[in-house]
Amino acid sequence: MTQTVSLDAYRSMVRIRAFEEKLDELFRRGALPGFVHLYIGEEAVAVGVCSALRKTDKITSTHRGHGHLIAKGADIDGMMAELLGKATGTCRGRGGSMHTVDFSLGIIGTNGIVGGGIPIATGAAWGDAYLGNDSISVAFFGDGASNQGVLLESLNLAAVWKAPVIFVCENNLYSEWTRHDQLTAGRIHERGLPLGVPGVEVDGNDVRAVHAAMSAAADRARRGEGPTLIEARTYRWSGHNLGEEAFAGAYRPTEEQEYWRERDPIPAFARVLTTEGSATSAELDRIEQEERAGVDAALRFAQESPDPDPADAFDGLFAERKEERR
Amino acid sequence: MSAAPRPKYFMAAMREGLAEALREDERVVILGEDIDRGVIGATSKLIKEFGPVRIRNTPISEAGFVGSAVGAAAVGVRPVVDLMYSSFMYVAMDQIANQAAKLRYMSGGQVELPLTIFANTGPSGGSAAQHSESPHPMLMNTAGLKVVMPSDPHDAKGLMIAAIRDPNPVIYLQDGMLAGTKGVVPDGAYEIPLGKAEVKREGSDVTVVAVGVLVREALGVAERLGSEHGVSVEVIDPRTLSPLDLATIFTSVEKTGRLVVCDNARMTCSLASEIAAAVTERMFHRLHAAPRRVAIRDVPIPFSPVLEEAIIVTAGDVEQAILDVRKDA
Repeated sequence: MTQTVSLDAYRSMVRIRAFEEKLDELFRRGALPGFVHLYIGEEAVAVGVCSALRKTDKITSTHRGHGHLIAKGADIDGMMAELLGKATGTCRGRGGSMHTVDFSLGIIGTNGIVGGGIPIATGAAWGDAYLGNDSISVAFFGDGASNQGVLLESLNLAAVWKAPVIFVCENNLYSEWTRHDQLTAGRIHERGLPLGVPGVEVDGNDVRAVHAAMSAAADRARRGEGPTLIEARTYRWSGHNLGEEAFAGAYRPTEEQEYWRERDPIPAFARVLTTEGSATSAELDRIEQEERAGVDAALRFAQESPDPDPADAFDGLFAERKEERR
Repeated sequence: MSAAPRPKYFMAAMREGLAEALREDERVVILGEDIDRGVIGATSKLIKEFGPVRIRNTPISEAGFVGSAVGAAAVGVRPVVDLMYSSFMYVAMDQIANQAAKLRYMSGGQVELPLTIFANTGPSGGSAAQHSESPHPMLMNTAGLKVVMPSDPHDAKGLMIAAIRDPNPVIYLQDGMLAGTKGVVPDGAYEIPLGKAEVKREGSDVTVVAVGVLVREALGVAERLGSEHGVSVEVIDPRTLSPLDLATIFTSVEKTGRLVVCDNARMTCSLASEIAAAVTERMFHRLHAAPRRVAIRDVPIPFSPVLEEAIIVTAGDVEQAILDVRKDA
């Protein structure tokens, strides 16, 4: 790897954190409709992966997807408006938290179905290869989705067709409200090995480690050598979804939560940047202030935006044929 | 169209439609299990002209390869999936109903998904319960899928070309009972427009709406009733089940005041039930008799030919329904 990630990556991680903390605050005030799954604590995975991608590369994201979208360059004004169900939302208010996509940035699917995006990323990969595009695809999924049949199916299809797809498992140690080791046998990154798909385990709280693993996998895919499965070990600071207190109980030990909070990927990366002299603490503080101000501005934009026209619910189910033949 | 008409098998007509689509657009790719051989026949020999990159054999892994076709469509390929039997759709149902059908709508219209999935559908004689499904009612209820079902070789080719040219997910269901039928198929590329029903036979006493092989059955019954009983039967083939061309059906019932709907799906929530309900709601006071639904009883398709024959819709069932609806005041 010739290039490593620095201030842009830091800014992106901070933007995700600020965005998610704002959602937490909004939800607690009852100002956020629907299901919300926060990404706090996992920022290094999204940023490490997407910093190794080009704009034309594709990702499929998950119910816990805000971080992936921001890392891939999504506009947070449009995202915030989408989360509030506004007409100015990235998807005109039709997708919401679990389905925000931006095809202009290669964000081609965000799924409320666990594992649902894995074959879609696989198809985008062989599709781009078939069309002669030099693009690769990433399927983000969690440890829960590693038990869906479509993962095996997609690993197999990608392996036999040498599709340029990277399977990125974010193992945040919990499948909804149950510890993953009670539900998931073996090691996830080894699941592709019998199929000839290389598996890599990486510290998901170390953005440079994730970036390095992803860069190697991306190079391999672009050389036409096929898929890689990356398992990034990380931790979900928040619950499965906001509002779970109503039924979930205390299912994560306090010591465990404290352990992982001490391994917060953002201050960890800040220490690296200041120690090596890439940035001063003052510069990093300024980035944080700018990003928090940006999120405040996004919220103002969203709140001041109009609701969708109710009649719009019936519009555009099908695309119209454009080109006329013969 | 300048071509000389020639009678061809239904499967050959589908194959011609696929070949025309492959020839006219490099983005068209067909994928499915053993399609280089073509188990049911629509894809056989296509590999000779188009090669294994465009005629792709897949693993027996429906959720995976249907999902991958969704992703390929999302980046600009025009994938055509041969799912072999519509019963296998259930294995891929998340990718069909949650992904393909919803991606455009959920994205606020950002993407076109030019995806076609075709499959042999309905009871086809001794195929038993897991190769005889008729999933078109639940597909019609999904929102975001177009669903077509041709009833003769001419429409089979034209609907295939229209489905592949359409920028949306289209499920193309070929009634298994039609595989051995022949009909006139023009040369070259032509389309049967999606969303348009056709009056296959004009009549003034009873409107019969039928799909798939039941169009053939209804036409045969109509001829017989015309000559033997002096009953004038109009036969309508919706051809596209979603979006459904109700206007053509309403116009016909306006004229006849009597409706029989024939469907090779199970009765509950069938196409027959939907059309009967829509007509009743819209034109109750124009009806001279209650509409009759002719559909399969609500059981899985049994294997024994004797049992299968007992539950599927036959020409006799269609005839009886027409005579019944005529009897009512």
